[in-house]
Amino acid sequence: MSRTREGAGVPLPLLLPAALGTAFLVLPMVGLLVRAPWSDIGPALAAPEVGQALRLSLVCATLATLLSLVLGVPLAWVLARSRIRGRSALRALVTVPLVLPPVVGGVALFTVLGRNGFIGSWLNEAFGITIPFTTTAVVIAETFVAMPFLVISVEGALRAADTRFEDVAATLGAGRWTTFRRITLPLVAPGIAAGAVLCWARALGEFGATITFAGNYPGTTQTMPLAVYLALQDDPEAAIVLSLVLLAVSLATLLLLRDRWLGRSGAPGA
Amino acid sequence: MSLSAQVVVRRGSLALDLAVEVADGEVLAVLGPNGAGKSTFLRVLAGLLAPDDGRITVDGVAWDDVTAGTHVPADRRALGVVFQDALLFPHLTVGENVAFGLRTRGVPRAAGTATAEGWLQRVGLDGWAGRRPAQLSGGQAQRAALARALVTDPALLLLDEPLSALDARTRLTVRAELRRHLAGFGGSTVLVTHDPVDAMALAHRVVVVEDGRVVQTGPPAEVNQRPRTDYVARLVGLSLLPGTAEGRTVRLDGGGVVTVAEEASGPVFAAVRPESVALWLSRPEGSPRNVWPATLTGATPHGATVRCELAGEVPLVADVTEAAFAELGLAPGSRVWASVKASEVAVYER
Repeated sequence: MSRTREGAGVPLPLLLPAALGTAFLVLPMVGLLVRAPWSDIGPALAAPEVGQALRLSLVCATLATLLSLVLGVPLAWVLARSRIRGRSALRALVTVPLVLPPVVGGVALFTVLGRNGFIGSWLNEAFGITIPFTTTAVVIAETFVAMPFLVISVEGALRAADTRFEDVAATLGAGRWTTFRRITLPLVAPGIAAGAVLCWARALGEFGATITFAGNYPGTTQTMPLAVYLALQDDPEAAIVLSLVLLAVSLATLLLLRDRWLGRSGAPGA
Repeated sequence: MSLSAQVVVRRGSLALDLAVEVADGEVLAVLGPNGAGKSTFLRVLAGLLAPDDGRITVDGVAWDDVTAGTHVPADRRALGVVFQDALLFPHLTVGENVAFGLRTRGVPRAAGTATAEGWLQRVGLDGWAGRRPAQLSGGQAQRAALARALVTDPALLLLDEPLSALDARTRLTVRAELRRHLAGFGGSTVLVTHDPVDAMALAHRVVVVEDGRVVQTGPPAEVNQRPRTDYVARLVGLSLLPGTAEGRTVRLDGGGVVTVAEEASGPVFAAVRPESVALWLSRPEGSPRNVWPATLTGATPHGATVRCELAGEVPLVADVTEAAFAELGLAPGSRVWASVKASEVAVYER
């Protein structure tokens, strides 16, 4: 008779805040859907600025993810496998951008790559290259903010992977580089993919570092989040439409992540 | 002389100090309990761990020489290793696994694939090259791992508890096959195991290791018959009876007949654990048992039991409880009947 149904046993002091928490997270998204000007959505999306911003966002986020993969996977390997001194300090350092306010990240990038920054001034004098307020700056800002997500994710996958396979490879004549390429990398591929998706989603939504370091120029540095913010000033309906697009992309990413990788990540034998 | 190793490793509570020599074509079993340092020794031989002191030479070439500062890394040693859990690379096919060692040594893909398939055939996995390791049973995975280790024709073959992850029935089959493959292998083999049966069935010589040191060495039969420490006695306290099987009957080489539960044929070992031997003062009746008359030649306390050595047509070691020993009124020279259930006798190919 008094068999507890699943969920029926949640105490009221927990149930109430949990319900409120759910509402708090879900309602804004419902708001977006309710207030969307569905009849005008076609023309609004077809506006050239929207396509431009969306394309720029996708291209920059993808480039930032590729850059993060090239630099971040080796970094994760060093953090997970090498025995260099000061490894935990290194880990703390490279994950600082995770907790740093992105605007601060943008200012920090200026001090290095800005016209007067210590690498930027040299680039300017030696090659005539200026980075701030260009599409390159967008990619750099997004990479700075998003790469730690990839590094943390891949490092976790490397730590969870069975290192005995690397021993086996060594006994079969594989050097460390061959072992990394042919054994380690394929074994942690699900972790790398999950990290890349996280990284990409974070880069896509990047606002603070981008607007600080790259500015807000339509066509070259105005990504979707910047376009949304700008539209909100004079055309709230356009802002809602743009937000819907980002919401759709984010949801698609989340679904992809869940179905393809999250379910079986951390199972090297799978 | 093919492998000559003197290895010293200090790791926390482990102080390993072993010296072994293994000739070409010889199989050396390193037998000992968990934590004795066997696996550490194997890792040093494989080059996965640098010794703190000592020297390892294979065919006259130094692989490790701490004094001279020589350490050849694992990937540059001509060796093959079979690990306990097979450890086939899950993302490669069985064929790619076997060909892996050839590919890393620069053999072209087509030649590597062909050689790998030849080896898969030799270990009875004909046609499995395209499958994933997850599709193999435990015994098949271990056969593939053996093929992968032998495909490069190594100078040294290392076997790390190769059978202990297998269920009892599969173990018998794989052990017999392993024995056959080892007989055809020209290099030196070091087998690490905690199972005396593996050591007896596979090795020409046994080194018993306890707390990082050799406590006994010799041919398996000698180690089996004359344990020098209490530990070795318990470890190898197993009566191994060679004979010829026909159906459920094994005619022992030393005379006598053993009834077994599994059908077998040809030359086999019948193995009897001391605790499965029961002693009686008069001949027990009406059960499908092996019953032999015997004379008690020695009795030593062994934990809560008494280890009884029995002479007769079928020489056996029996473990009986102290209470039973006292109740039977046994003393050296006593005439007894020893019985063993057919199902308690392990039988496998020689």
